[in-house]
Amino acid sequence: MDAITVTNLVKHYPHTLAVDDISFTLPQGGVLGLLGGNGAGKTTTISMLLGLLVPSSGQISVLGHDIARDRFKALERMNFSSPYIALPARLSVAENLRVYGHLYNVPELKHRIAELAAQFHLGALLSRPAGELSAGQKTRVALAKSLINKPDLLLLDEPTASLDPDTGDYVRSMLEAYRAETNAAILLASHNMAEVERLCDRVLMLKAGKIVDQGTPDALIARYGREDLEQVFLDIARREEA
Amino acid sequence: MKTSLRRIWAMIYRHLAVYRRSWPRVAEIAYWPTLNLLIWGFTANYIGHLRAIPGAQTGSALIAGVLLWEITLRGQLGVTLGFLEEIWSRNLGHIFVSPLRPAELLAALLSVSLLRTLAGLFPATIIAYLLYHYNILLLGPVLLLFFVNLLFMGWWIALGIVSLLFRYGAGAEALAWTIAFGITPVACVYYPATALPGWLQPVAMALPAAHVFAGMRAGLFQHAADWPDLAQASALNLGWMLLAIVIFGAEFRRARVRGALISIGE
Repeated sequence: MDAITVTNLVKHYPHTLAVDDISFTLPQGGVLGLLGGNGAGKTTTISMLLGLLVPSSGQISVLGHDIARDRFKALERMNFSSPYIALPARLSVAENLRVYGHLYNVPELKHRIAELAAQFHLGALLSRPAGELSAGQKTRVALAKSLINKPDLLLLDEPTASLDPDTGDYVRSMLEAYRAETNAAILLASHNMAEVERLCDRVLMLKAGKIVDQGTPDALIARYGREDLEQVFLDIARREEA
Repeated sequence: MKTSLRRIWAMIYRHLAVYRRSWPRVAEIAYWPTLNLLIWGFTANYIGHLRAIPGAQTGSALIAGVLLWEITLRGQLGVTLGFLEEIWSRNLGHIFVSPLRPAELLAALLSVSLLRTLAGLFPATIIAYLLYHYNILLLGPVLLLFFVNLLFMGWWIALGIVSLLFRYGAGAEALAWTIAFGITPVACVYYPATALPGWLQPVAMALPAAHVFAGMRAGLFQHAADWPDLAQASALNLGWMLLAIVIFGAEFRRARVRGALISIGE
Protein backbone atom coordinates (compact mmCIF):
# COMPACT_ATOMS: atom_id res chain seq x y z
CA MET A 1 0.00 0.00 0.00
CA ASP A 2 1.16 3.53 -0.70
CA ALA A 3 1.93 5.64 2.35
CA ILE A 4 0.75 8.75 0.50
CA THR A 5 -1.56 9.11 -2.48
CA VAL A 6 -2.21 12.64 -3.67
CA THR A 7 -4.67 13.20 -6.50
CA ASN A 8 -5.23 16.50 -8.32
CA LEU A 9 -4.37 18.56 -5.27
CA VAL A 10 -5.07 22.29 -5.52
CA LYS A 11 -4.73 25.06 -2.97
CA HIS A 12 -5.55 28.61 -3.81
CA TYR A 13 -5.59 31.61 -1.54
CA PRO A 14 -7.46 34.77 -2.49
CA HIS A 15 -4.54 36.13 -4.55
CA THR A 16 -2.27 33.12 -5.00
CA LEU A 17 -2.40 29.68 -6.51
CA ALA A 18 -0.06 27.91 -4.07
CA VAL A 19 -0.48 24.33 -5.33
CA ASP A 20 -1.69 23.73 -8.85
CA ASP A 21 -3.18 20.32 -9.55
CA ILE A 22 -0.43 17.98 -8.38
CA SER A 23 -0.65 14.20 -8.09
CA PHE A 24 1.92 11.81 -6.71
CA THR A 25 2.37 8.70 -4.61
CA LEU A 26 4.91 7.61 -2.02
CA PRO A 27 5.16 3.85 -1.48
CA GLN A 28 5.66 2.45 2.01
CA GLY A 29 9.39 2.27 2.64
CA GLY A 30 10.19 4.89 0.02
CA VAL A 31 11.82 8.29 0.40
CA LEU A 32 10.42 11.11 -1.69
CA GLY A 33 12.10 14.49 -1.99
CA LEU A 34 10.21 17.72 -2.61
CA LEU A 35 12.48 20.22 -4.28
CA GLY A 36 11.74 23.74 -5.30
CA GLY A 37 12.59 27.34 -4.61
CA ASN A 38 10.83 29.58 -2.14
CA GLY A 39 7.11 29.74 -2.91
CA ALA A 40 7.20 26.56 -5.00
CA GLY A 41 4.48 24.96 -2.86
CA LYS A 42 6.51 22.54 -0.69
CA THR A 43 5.34 23.80 2.70
CA THR A 44 1.77 24.16 1.49
CA THR A 45 1.80 20.57 0.24
CA ILE A 46 3.24 19.26 3.53
CA SER A 47 0.70 21.30 5.50
CA MET A 48 -2.14 19.71 3.54
CA LEU A 49 -0.67 16.22 4.06
CA LEU A 50 -0.63 16.93 7.80
CA GLY A 51 -4.20 18.21 7.85
CA LEU A 52 -3.09 21.67 8.98
CA LEU A 53 -4.47 23.13 5.80
CA VAL A 54 -7.63 22.19 3.92
CA PRO A 55 -7.11 21.77 0.15
CA SER A 56 -9.25 23.78 -2.26
CA SER A 57 -9.78 20.56 -4.21
CA GLY A 58 -8.24 17.14 -4.70
CA GLN A 59 -7.79 14.09 -2.50
CA ILE A 60 -5.13 13.06 -0.03
CA SER A 61 -4.87 9.57 1.36
CA VAL A 62 -2.25 8.94 4.06
CA LEU A 63 -1.57 5.42 5.33
CA GLY A 64 -4.92 4.38 3.92
CA HIS A 65 -6.88 7.19 5.57
CA ASP A 66 -8.63 10.00 3.77
CA ILE A 67 -7.18 13.13 5.36
CA ALA A 68 -10.38 15.11 4.75
CA ARG A 69 -12.48 12.72 6.82
CA ASP A 70 -10.16 10.72 9.01
CA ARG A 71 -7.00 12.68 9.62
CA PHE A 72 -6.52 11.76 13.29
CA LYS A 73 -6.15 8.05 12.50
CA ALA A 74 -3.37 8.92 10.07
CA LEU A 75 -1.76 11.43 12.45
CA GLU A 76 -1.33 8.74 15.10
CA ARG A 77 0.98 6.84 12.72
CA MET A 78 2.93 9.74 11.26
CA ASN A 79 5.11 12.54 12.58
CA PHE A 80 6.72 15.74 11.46
CA SER A 81 9.79 17.81 12.06
CA SER A 82 10.65 21.31 10.99
CA PRO A 83 13.20 23.75 12.34
CA TYR A 84 10.63 26.47 11.73
CA ILE A 85 8.23 25.12 14.35
CA ALA A 86 9.57 25.21 17.88
CA LEU A 87 9.09 23.10 20.96
CA PRO A 88 8.08 24.91 24.18
CA ALA A 89 11.22 26.76 25.24
CA ARG A 90 10.58 26.66 28.99
CA LEU A 91 10.14 22.90 29.13
CA SER A 92 13.20 20.72 29.45
CA VAL A 93 14.08 18.35 26.62
CA ALA A 94 12.82 15.39 28.68
CA GLU A 95 9.55 17.19 29.48
CA ASN A 96 9.03 18.00 25.81
CA LEU A 97 9.60 14.40 24.81
CA ARG A 98 7.29 13.26 27.61
CA VAL A 99 4.50 15.59 26.41
CA TYR A 100 4.73 14.29 22.85
CA GLY A 101 5.10 10.72 24.05
CA HIS A 102 1.77 11.08 25.85
CA LEU A 103 0.18 12.83 22.86
CA TYR A 104 1.17 9.92 20.63
CA ASN A 105 0.23 7.34 23.26
CA VAL A 106 3.74 5.85 23.22
CA PRO A 107 4.05 2.65 25.29
CA GLU A 108 6.96 2.38 27.75
CA LEU A 109 7.65 6.05 27.30
CA LYS A 110 10.61 6.22 29.71
CA HIS A 111 12.40 3.52 27.75
CA ARG A 112 11.61 5.17 24.41
CA ILE A 113 12.95 8.54 25.61
CA ALA A 114 16.14 6.87 26.83
CA GLU A 115 16.47 5.15 23.44
CA LEU A 116 16.08 8.41 21.53
CA ALA A 117 18.41 10.23 23.90
CA ALA A 118 21.09 7.64 23.15
CA GLN A 119 20.47 7.73 19.39
CA PHE A 120 20.57 11.52 19.12
CA HIS A 121 23.20 12.12 21.82
CA LEU A 122 20.73 14.01 23.99
CA GLY A 123 21.65 12.46 27.34
CA ALA A 124 23.36 15.56 28.69
CA LEU A 125 20.61 17.81 27.39
CA LEU A 126 17.57 16.06 28.84
CA SER A 127 17.24 18.31 31.87
CA ARG A 128 18.01 21.56 30.04
CA PRO A 129 15.22 23.90 28.92
CA ALA A 130 14.68 23.58 25.17
CA GLY A 131 15.00 27.35 24.78
CA GLU A 132 18.61 27.28 26.00
CA LEU A 133 19.82 24.86 23.34
CA SER A 134 21.85 25.78 20.27
CA ALA A 135 20.14 25.65 16.88
CA GLY A 136 21.77 22.32 16.10
CA GLN A 137 20.75 20.82 19.44
CA LYS A 138 17.17 22.02 18.89
CA THR A 139 17.12 20.31 15.50
CA ARG A 140 18.28 17.05 17.09
CA VAL A 141 15.57 17.32 19.75
CA ALA A 142 12.95 18.04 17.09
CA LEU A 143 14.07 14.96 15.17
CA ALA A 144 13.91 12.85 18.33
CA LYS A 145 10.37 14.16 18.89
CA SER A 146 9.47 13.22 15.32
CA LEU A 147 10.52 9.61 15.92
CA ILE A 148 8.96 9.23 19.36
CA ASN A 149 5.97 7.24 18.10
CA LYS A 150 8.02 5.18 15.61
CA PRO A 151 6.01 6.65 12.75
CA ASP A 152 5.17 4.74 9.58
CA LEU A 153 5.37 8.03 7.71
CA LEU A 154 7.79 10.81 8.51
CA LEU A 155 7.45 14.29 7.03
CA LEU A 156 10.62 16.30 7.29
CA ASP A 157 11.07 19.94 6.39
CA GLU A 158 14.78 20.83 6.18
CA PRO A 159 15.73 18.10 8.69
CA THR A 160 19.41 18.96 8.84
CA ALA A 161 19.20 22.75 8.70
CA SER A 162 21.43 24.33 11.37
CA LEU A 163 23.44 21.15 11.85
CA ASP A 164 27.20 21.06 11.36
CA PRO A 165 28.35 18.70 8.56
CA ASP A 166 29.33 15.95 10.98
CA THR A 167 26.02 15.99 12.88
CA GLY A 168 24.09 16.40 9.63
CA ASP A 169 25.76 13.28 8.29
CA TYR A 170 24.99 11.44 11.51
CA VAL A 171 21.31 12.41 11.29
CA ARG A 172 21.10 11.29 7.67
CA SER A 173 22.59 7.95 8.70
CA MET A 174 20.00 7.75 11.49
CA LEU A 175 17.19 8.36 9.02
CA GLU A 176 18.57 5.70 6.65
CA ALA A 177 18.83 3.24 9.52
CA TYR A 178 15.31 4.06 10.75
CA ARG A 179 13.90 3.49 7.29
CA ALA A 180 15.76 0.21 6.87
CA GLU A 181 14.67 -0.99 10.28
CA THR A 182 10.98 0.01 10.15
CA ASN A 183 10.17 0.26 6.43
CA ALA A 184 8.83 3.74 7.16
CA ALA A 185 8.11 6.11 4.31
CA ILE A 186 9.79 9.50 4.39
CA LEU A 187 8.80 12.69 2.62
CA LEU A 188 11.59 15.19 2.66
CA ALA A 189 11.63 18.87 1.72
CA SER A 190 15.15 20.18 1.60
CA HIS A 191 17.41 22.70 -0.04
CA ASN A 192 20.40 20.48 0.61
CA MET A 193 20.79 18.74 -2.76
CA ALA A 194 23.48 16.35 -1.56
CA GLU A 195 21.12 15.23 1.16
CA VAL A 196 18.31 14.68 -1.33
CA GLU A 197 20.61 12.73 -3.64
CA ARG A 198 21.72 10.53 -0.78
CA LEU A 199 18.37 9.86 0.88
CA CYS A 200 15.69 10.01 -1.78
CA ASP A 201 14.53 7.27 -4.16
CA ARG A 202 12.52 9.78 -6.11
CA VAL A 203 12.32 13.54 -6.39
CA LEU A 204 9.49 15.90 -7.32
CA MET A 205 10.65 19.21 -8.74
CA LEU A 206 8.11 21.90 -7.84
CA LYS A 207 7.83 25.33 -9.34
CA ALA A 208 5.00 27.82 -8.82
CA GLY A 209 2.84 25.12 -7.31
CA LYS A 210 3.26 22.64 -10.18
CA ILE A 211 5.31 19.48 -10.55
CA VAL A 212 7.62 20.42 -13.40
CA ASP A 213 9.67 17.23 -13.38
CA GLN A 214 10.17 14.08 -11.38
CA GLY A 215 12.25 10.93 -11.24
CA THR A 216 15.10 9.31 -9.39
CA PRO A 217 18.03 11.62 -8.63
CA ASP A 218 20.21 9.71 -11.12
CA ALA A 219 17.57 9.84 -13.85
CA LEU A 220 17.07 13.59 -13.40
CA ILE A 221 20.81 14.23 -13.48
CA ALA A 222 21.12 12.15 -16.66
CA ARG A 223 18.08 13.77 -18.28
CA TYR A 224 19.48 17.27 -17.81
CA GLY A 225 23.00 16.19 -18.70
CA ARG A 226 24.34 17.56 -15.42
CA GLU A 227 26.74 16.35 -12.76
CA ASP A 228 24.55 16.68 -9.72
CA LEU A 229 21.07 17.55 -8.54
CA GLU A 230 22.01 21.09 -7.62
CA GLN A 231 22.74 21.86 -11.27
CA VAL A 232 19.44 20.28 -12.27
CA PHE A 233 17.68 22.41 -9.66
CA LEU A 234 19.30 25.56 -11.04
CA ASP A 235 18.42 24.58 -14.62
CA ILE A 236 14.78 24.21 -13.70
CA ALA A 237 14.67 27.30 -11.52
CA ARG A 238 16.19 29.47 -14.26
CA ARG A 239 14.46 27.87 -17.23
CA GLU A 240 11.82 30.54 -17.66
CA GLU A 241 13.80 33.33 -16.07
CA ALA A 242 16.33 33.19 -18.90
CA MET B 1 -12.24 8.08 17.64
CA LYS B 2 -12.56 8.27 21.39
CA THR B 3 -11.28 11.08 23.53
CA SER B 4 -7.98 10.16 25.13
CA LEU B 5 -7.36 11.09 28.76
CA ARG B 6 -3.66 10.54 28.16
CA ARG B 7 -3.57 13.22 25.46
CA ILE B 8 -5.48 15.60 27.74
CA TRP B 9 -3.01 14.85 30.52
CA ALA B 10 -0.13 15.52 28.11
CA MET B 11 -1.33 19.09 27.65
CA ILE B 12 -2.07 19.61 31.35
CA TYR B 13 1.41 18.30 32.16
CA ARG B 14 2.88 20.66 29.55
CA HIS B 15 1.44 23.67 31.43
CA LEU B 16 2.19 22.38 34.93
CA ALA B 17 5.80 21.84 33.87
CA VAL B 18 6.02 25.54 32.97
CA TYR B 19 4.77 26.54 36.42
CA ARG B 20 7.03 24.05 38.14
CA ARG B 21 10.14 25.82 36.96
CA SER B 22 8.95 29.43 37.22
CA TRP B 23 8.12 30.94 40.63
CA PRO B 24 7.21 34.34 39.12
CA ARG B 25 4.45 32.61 37.16
CA VAL B 26 3.18 30.89 40.28
CA ALA B 27 3.24 34.17 42.18
CA GLU B 28 1.39 35.92 39.35
CA ILE B 29 -1.51 33.49 39.70
CA ALA B 30 -2.27 34.77 43.21
CA TYR B 31 -1.07 38.35 42.75
CA TRP B 32 -4.10 40.03 41.17
CA PRO B 33 -6.81 38.31 43.24
CA THR B 34 -4.89 39.20 46.39
CA LEU B 35 -4.29 42.79 45.29
CA ASN B 36 -7.95 43.31 44.39
CA LEU B 37 -9.01 41.81 47.67
CA LEU B 38 -6.73 44.13 49.63
CA ILE B 39 -8.00 47.23 47.81
CA TRP B 40 -11.66 46.35 48.16
CA GLY B 41 -11.33 44.88 51.63
CA PHE B 42 -9.89 48.07 53.05
CA THR B 43 -12.50 50.07 51.09
CA ALA B 44 -15.24 47.95 52.63
CA ASN B 45 -13.83 48.50 56.10
CA TYR B 46 -13.68 52.25 55.51
CA ILE B 47 -17.25 52.48 54.17
CA GLY B 48 -18.55 50.51 57.14
CA HIS B 49 -16.71 52.85 59.48
CA LEU B 50 -17.90 56.05 57.72
CA ARG B 51 -21.55 55.11 57.73
CA ALA B 52 -21.36 54.21 61.41
CA ILE B 53 -23.55 51.20 60.80
CA PRO B 54 -22.67 47.60 61.30
CA GLY B 55 -20.53 47.40 58.18
CA ALA B 56 -20.48 43.69 58.04
CA GLN B 57 -23.12 43.31 55.31
CA THR B 58 -21.86 46.05 53.00
CA GLY B 59 -18.32 44.94 53.55
CA SER B 60 -19.20 41.29 53.08
CA ALA B 61 -20.89 42.07 49.77
CA LEU B 62 -17.82 43.89 48.51
CA ILE B 63 -15.36 41.23 49.65
CA ALA B 64 -17.52 38.35 48.41
CA GLY B 65 -17.95 40.24 45.11
CA VAL B 66 -14.20 40.60 44.69
CA LEU B 67 -13.53 36.96 45.45
CA LEU B 68 -16.32 35.60 43.26
CA TRP B 69 -15.65 37.87 40.27
CA GLU B 70 -12.03 36.74 40.34
CA ILE B 71 -13.34 33.26 39.49
CA THR B 72 -14.56 34.53 36.12
CA LEU B 73 -11.48 36.65 35.49
CA ARG B 74 -9.00 33.91 36.46
CA GLY B 75 -11.03 31.25 34.66
CA GLN B 76 -10.95 33.24 31.43
CA LEU B 77 -7.28 34.15 31.72
CA GLY B 78 -6.36 30.54 32.52
CA VAL B 79 -7.73 29.34 29.19
CA THR B 80 -6.56 32.19 26.98
CA LEU B 81 -3.08 32.36 28.50
CA GLY B 82 -2.73 28.61 28.05
CA PHE B 83 -3.54 28.99 24.37
CA LEU B 84 -1.34 32.06 23.99
CA GLU B 85 1.49 30.10 25.59
CA GLU B 86 1.36 27.74 22.58
CA ILE B 87 1.39 30.70 20.18
CA TRP B 88 4.29 32.39 21.97
CA SER B 89 6.32 29.18 21.98
CA ARG B 90 5.52 28.60 18.25
CA ASN B 91 4.34 25.14 19.22
CA LEU B 92 0.86 25.11 17.64
CA GLY B 93 2.20 23.52 14.46
CA HIS B 94 3.41 20.51 16.43
CA ILE B 95 0.25 20.26 18.49
CA PHE B 96 -2.15 20.39 15.59
CA VAL B 97 -0.26 17.72 13.63
CA SER B 98 -0.34 15.39 16.62
CA PRO B 99 -3.39 13.19 17.23
CA LEU B 100 -4.66 15.72 19.79
CA ARG B 101 -8.27 16.61 19.00
CA PRO B 102 -9.40 20.23 19.39
CA ALA B 103 -11.87 19.06 22.07
CA GLU B 104 -8.99 17.46 23.99
CA LEU B 105 -6.96 20.64 23.75
CA LEU B 106 -9.94 22.53 25.15
CA ALA B 107 -10.42 19.98 27.94
CA ALA B 108 -6.77 20.43 28.92
CA LEU B 109 -6.96 24.22 28.81
CA LEU B 110 -10.13 24.20 30.94
CA SER B 111 -8.49 21.85 33.46
CA VAL B 112 -5.43 24.10 33.72
CA SER B 113 -7.75 27.08 34.09
CA LEU B 114 -9.57 25.38 36.98
CA LEU B 115 -6.27 24.63 38.74
CA ARG B 116 -5.04 28.20 38.20
CA THR B 117 -8.30 29.64 39.50
CA LEU B 118 -8.24 27.53 42.66
CA ALA B 119 -4.56 28.27 43.24
CA GLY B 120 -5.14 31.98 42.69
CA LEU B 121 -8.14 32.27 44.98
CA PHE B 122 -6.83 30.21 47.86
CA PRO B 123 -4.43 32.86 49.25
CA ALA B 124 -7.04 35.62 48.74
CA THR B 125 -9.63 33.58 50.64
CA ILE B 126 -7.22 33.09 53.54
CA ILE B 127 -6.31 36.80 53.57
CA ALA B 128 -10.01 37.77 53.54
CA TYR B 129 -10.47 35.67 56.66
CA LEU B 130 -7.36 36.88 58.46
CA LEU B 131 -7.61 40.59 57.65
CA TYR B 132 -11.34 41.19 57.33
CA HIS B 133 -12.78 38.27 59.31
CA TYR B 134 -14.74 37.29 56.24
CA ASN B 135 -15.22 33.61 55.58
CA ILE B 136 -16.66 33.06 52.11
CA LEU B 137 -17.44 29.42 52.93
CA LEU B 138 -20.22 30.71 55.20
CA LEU B 139 -22.24 31.31 52.01
CA GLY B 140 -22.91 27.60 52.27
CA PRO B 141 -23.41 24.98 49.57
CA VAL B 142 -24.82 27.60 47.19
CA LEU B 143 -21.23 28.85 46.89
CA LEU B 144 -20.53 25.84 44.68
CA LEU B 145 -23.24 26.99 42.26
CA PHE B 146 -21.80 30.50 42.25
CA PHE B 147 -18.36 29.05 41.56
CA VAL B 148 -19.47 26.78 38.72
CA ASN B 149 -21.54 29.50 37.04
CA LEU B 150 -18.85 32.14 37.25
CA LEU B 151 -16.15 29.73 36.06
CA PHE B 152 -18.33 28.73 33.11
CA MET B 153 -18.79 32.37 32.24
CA GLY B 154 -15.02 32.85 32.24
CA TRP B 155 -14.66 29.81 30.00
CA TRP B 156 -17.11 30.85 27.32
CA ILE B 157 -15.58 34.32 27.21
CA ALA B 158 -12.21 32.59 26.79
CA LEU B 159 -13.50 30.42 23.96
CA GLY B 160 -14.69 33.57 22.23
CA ILE B 161 -11.24 35.11 22.62
CA VAL B 162 -9.48 31.98 21.33
CA SER B 163 -11.82 32.10 18.32
CA LEU B 164 -10.73 35.69 17.73
CA LEU B 165 -7.09 34.54 17.98
CA PHE B 166 -7.79 31.96 15.26
CA ARG B 167 -9.30 34.68 13.10
CA TYR B 168 -6.97 37.61 13.75
CA GLY B 169 -3.84 35.82 14.98
CA ALA B 170 -1.61 37.00 17.79
CA GLY B 171 -2.67 40.57 16.97
CA ALA B 172 -5.81 39.88 19.00
CA GLU B 173 -3.69 39.00 22.03
CA ALA B 174 -4.60 42.20 23.90
CA LEU B 175 -8.21 41.00 24.04
CA ALA B 176 -7.14 38.19 26.35
CA TRP B 177 -6.25 40.77 28.97
CA THR B 178 -9.08 43.22 28.48
CA ILE B 179 -12.40 41.65 27.50
CA ALA B 180 -13.43 40.16 30.85
CA PHE B 181 -12.29 43.27 32.73
CA GLY B 182 -14.33 45.35 30.27
CA ILE B 183 -17.44 43.37 31.13
CA THR B 184 -17.09 44.16 34.86
CA PRO B 185 -19.35 47.26 34.84
CA VAL B 186 -22.29 45.25 33.47
CA ALA B 187 -21.54 42.13 35.52
CA CYS B 188 -23.17 43.91 38.50
CA VAL B 189 -20.59 42.61 40.94
CA TYR B 190 -20.97 45.37 43.50
CA TYR B 191 -24.47 46.73 42.74
CA PRO B 192 -27.76 45.39 41.38
CA ALA B 193 -28.67 45.71 37.69
CA THR B 194 -31.23 48.39 38.64
CA ALA B 195 -28.33 50.70 39.46
CA LEU B 196 -27.47 50.80 35.75
CA PRO B 197 -29.13 53.11 33.19
CA GLY B 198 -32.27 51.55 31.73
CA TRP B 199 -30.72 50.94 28.31
CA LEU B 200 -27.82 49.02 29.83
CA GLN B 201 -29.88 46.79 32.09
CA PRO B 202 -30.82 44.25 29.35
CA VAL B 203 -27.11 43.82 28.62
CA ALA B 204 -26.45 43.06 32.29
CA MET B 205 -29.40 40.68 32.50
CA ALA B 206 -28.07 38.73 29.50
CA LEU B 207 -24.94 37.91 31.49
CA PRO B 208 -24.93 35.07 34.03
CA ALA B 209 -22.79 37.14 36.40
CA ALA B 210 -25.54 39.71 37.11
CA HIS B 211 -27.81 36.87 38.26
CA VAL B 212 -25.12 35.17 40.30
CA PHE B 213 -24.30 38.38 42.15
CA ALA B 214 -28.00 39.06 42.72
CA GLY B 215 -28.08 35.60 44.29
CA MET B 216 -25.01 36.40 46.33
CA ARG B 217 -26.57 39.59 47.73
CA ALA B 218 -29.78 37.71 48.52
CA GLY B 219 -27.72 35.16 50.41
CA LEU B 220 -25.82 37.83 52.33
CA PHE B 221 -28.62 40.29 53.06
CA GLN B 222 -31.69 38.05 53.28
CA HIS B 223 -29.96 34.80 54.19
CA ALA B 224 -31.94 33.06 51.46
CA ALA B 225 -30.88 31.40 48.22
CA ASP B 226 -32.21 33.19 45.13
CA TRP B 227 -33.01 30.10 43.08
CA PRO B 228 -34.72 31.85 40.13
CA ASP B 229 -31.67 34.05 39.59
CA LEU B 230 -29.34 31.06 39.85
CA ALA B 231 -31.49 29.10 37.40
CA GLN B 232 -31.36 32.02 34.96
CA ALA B 233 -27.59 32.23 35.37
CA SER B 234 -27.23 28.51 34.59
CA ALA B 235 -29.54 28.70 31.56
CA LEU B 236 -27.69 31.75 30.21
CA ASN B 237 -24.35 30.04 30.74
CA LEU B 238 -25.53 27.01 28.83
CA GLY B 239 -26.70 29.16 25.92
CA TRP B 240 -23.55 31.26 25.80
CA MET B 241 -21.33 28.17 26.10
CA LEU B 242 -23.09 26.45 23.20
CA LEU B 243 -22.73 29.58 21.10
CA ALA B 244 -19.04 29.86 22.04
CA ILE B 245 -18.42 26.21 21.07
CA VAL B 246 -20.13 26.71 17.71
CA ILE B 247 -18.06 29.84 17.02
CA PHE B 248 -14.86 28.08 18.15
CA GLY B 249 -15.57 25.14 15.82
CA ALA B 250 -16.34 27.45 12.89
CA GLU B 251 -13.23 29.58 13.43
CA PHE B 252 -11.02 26.49 13.81
CA ARG B 253 -12.30 25.12 10.48
CA ARG B 254 -11.86 28.53 8.88
CA ALA B 255 -8.29 28.72 10.22
CA ARG B 256 -7.52 25.38 8.56
CA VAL B 257 -8.83 26.68 5.25
CA ARG B 258 -6.90 29.96 5.44
CA GLY B 259 -3.70 28.36 6.71
CA ALA B 260 -3.87 30.35 9.93
CA LEU B 261 -2.77 27.38 12.04
CA ILE B 262 0.64 27.67 10.38
CA SER B 263 1.01 31.43 10.62
CA ILE B 264 -0.98 32.30 13.76
CA GLY B 265 2.07 33.40 15.74
CA GLU B 266 3.52 35.61 13.03
